[in-house]
Amino acid sequence: MKRITAVLLSLAVVLTLAACGKKDDNSDMNAPKAGTVYFLNFKPEVADIYKEIAAEYKKEKGVDVKVVTAASNTYETTLKSEIAKADAPTIFQINGPVGYKAWAGYCEDLSDTKLYSYLTDKNLAVRSGNGVYGIPYVVEGYGIIYNDAIMRKYFALKDKAVSISKATDIKDFETLKAVVEDMTKHKKELGIDGVFASTSMGSGEQWRWTNHLASVPVYYEMKDESDDSTIVSTLGKKEIGFEYSKNFRNIFDLYLNNSVTAKGLLSGKSVDNAMAEFALGKAAMVQNGNWAWEQISGVSGNTVKAEDIKYLPIYTGAEGEEKQGLCIGTENYLAINKNASAEDKKASVEFLEWLFSSEKGKDYVVNKLKFISPFNTFKDDEMPADPLAKEILSWMKKDVNNLEWTFNSFPGQQFKDDFGNALLEYVQGSKDWSHVESAFRTSWKNER
Amino acid sequence: MALKKYFPVFVLPTLAAFTIAFAVPFILGLFLSFTEFTTVIDAQWVGIANYIRALSNDDFINALWFTVRFTVVSVVTVNVIAFALATLLTKGLKGTNIFRTAFFMPNLIGGIVLGYIWQLIINGVLRFFDVTITYDPKYGFWGLVILMNWQLIGYMMIIYIAGLQNIPTDLQDASKVDGASRLQTLRNVTIPLVMPSITICLFLTITNSFKLFDQNLALTAGAPSKQTAMLALDIYNTFYGRIGWEGVGQAKAVIFFAIVAVISFIQLALTRRREVEQ
Repeated sequence: MKRITAVLLSLAVVLTLAACGKKDDNSDMNAPKAGTVYFLNFKPEVADIYKEIAAEYKKEKGVDVKVVTAASNTYETTLKSEIAKADAPTIFQINGPVGYKAWAGYCEDLSDTKLYSYLTDKNLAVRSGNGVYGIPYVVEGYGIIYNDAIMRKYFALKDKAVSISKATDIKDFETLKAVVEDMTKHKKELGIDGVFASTSMGSGEQWRWTNHLASVPVYYEMKDESDDSTIVSTLGKKEIGFEYSKNFRNIFDLYLNNSVTAKGLLSGKSVDNAMAEFALGKAAMVQNGNWAWEQISGVSGNTVKAEDIKYLPIYTGAEGEEKQGLCIGTENYLAINKNASAEDKKASVEFLEWLFSSEKGKDYVVNKLKFISPFNTFKDDEMPADPLAKEILSWMKKDVNNLEWTFNSFPGQQFKDDFGNALLEYVQGSKDWSHVESAFRTSWKNER
Repeated sequence: MALKKYFPVFVLPTLAAFTIAFAVPFILGLFLSFTEFTTVIDAQWVGIANYIRALSNDDFINALWFTVRFTVVSVVTVNVIAFALATLLTKGLKGTNIFRTAFFMPNLIGGIVLGYIWQLIINGVLRFFDVTITYDPKYGFWGLVILMNWQLIGYMMIIYIAGLQNIPTDLQDASKVDGASRLQTLRNVTIPLVMPSITICLFLTITNSFKLFDQNLALTAGAPSKQTAMLALDIYNTFYGRIGWEGVGQAKAVIFFAIVAVISFIQLALTRRREVEQ
């Protein structure tokens, strides 16, 4: 009897182990030969919407779409482990030319797909040689978001120190600085704690400065050297002068000195904190992109009205900046896994083409995902209606020089961390500005 | 013999689990440290290049020194305080059980949670000086030491209590009769007899301090400028943060393993030798 029990117990263990391993095989057996789609999503804020889209697609075309979303800031980690599995993602995302360098061995050439032909501006795609390896699916823009209600209140003040009378008259750094510093003096009357929301310096919260803000001075530096796309020319830079460091410092100091939060406490602040301060009307301005609308409108007790939200370009005191616009581009590129089976690859491309060209798919993209789409399948009226997206669209039509997202070609995460760390030490006053400059140059050289 | 016949049946489940969860990943990890790779299935052999890059990496050396300093300080403080508490709480004071439970509780909280709790507490205090824990690496260092003490003291205390309770009272009585002072009793009677507990506690505190990760990540995440990054965090950042450095991260992990193994073996050998039979 004992013997039998022992054998049974051991068998049970072996069987459970085997059962764990078997699950996947079973589902593969049942799956249609037509191929399945596994989409590794980068944007946690729209995870549920992708699930809805997957269910809709299954209903319409009978193709299984599996959507997995990586938690904020863990996309590379998740991708690294997921793609090593037998059941690997068929659609994943790269963040531009630098991301392509890391994942080159996994990106399928998409130059023959309809999806690529839909692209309004073919230059936006990530290419290498004659191949197209990453297709952007959203256009985004960032700048200084301001709350016009507070600005109007300021411009109505009798003792304001500037001669201009509305926020749209701010056309360069000098004016911006004069307005902001005068607003700080009047912050009691304006009912704000500071002009700018917290310069978030917490770990993982520094990308607004290390990526977005740093993009502006590097853009000008690259334009001084050649007229090419700065994304392309920056990619080839082995070393960088950081010639416009003074301009970076101009605006960064302005953020710090007129902030809601004291400098020493900024390392505890996150982007969410900053957006909440803006939404609650404690700050008049915040640097961020149009994706932040959800964050602003989602804060409970938010006092900012949709019609009061406007954009200012990030002025840094560079020459000719009167004509400068917002920073418009993307860091979201879709790639197809080269190592997936032919059926899966075909199914994946078809899924994306359906999403970005069928009526139903487009409806999801415009009204649920709220993407400003870079594809010619979308008509002018098929664009999201939230205030920040509308602002971006209107800036795209203005006669201004909208800047590219030059930071797409910055060296990897390590560079951004090194630079962010140096900025933090500068903010806390333990190091001076020359330390930031040298960290920028040295780390660029090391990480390139 | 029946036992021999059924040997594979009994051993197989454990062996399978051990192979899947330990042996295979370990060997794979060792192999990967000699290769360059993006994901674990596309490795290319590069020999010892990764080890050279790892050892000439300033961040790694800094992290190593920071970890060593941290380990020395926290091993001493944790064990001294835990032993002192254990002695107090075996004296039969009122409320002994409540105190024992209370001291043990922090050990039941996960590292990430603890890290964030202490970050809030420390930043709350430093707020009066308008700075945060990332202002100076010293703050981060002592923050980690406090956190580690808070978490481990209770656990070590329980082990010491068990050790102390095993000492036969007649030995202590005998030393008292012989006119030994309290300190002499402690040094010549108590400590030799709780040596097994000391062995275990030292082993646990040394390895735990060396391998600390979650608390480090949650409390400072290495700020400012990676000056408070410990080895495990540095390995993690190397592996995931830098394109083309995956192999180096793996090499760092192997070096890390070797260091922890060597130190713990030396410590075990040293303290075991001093254990006495009752």
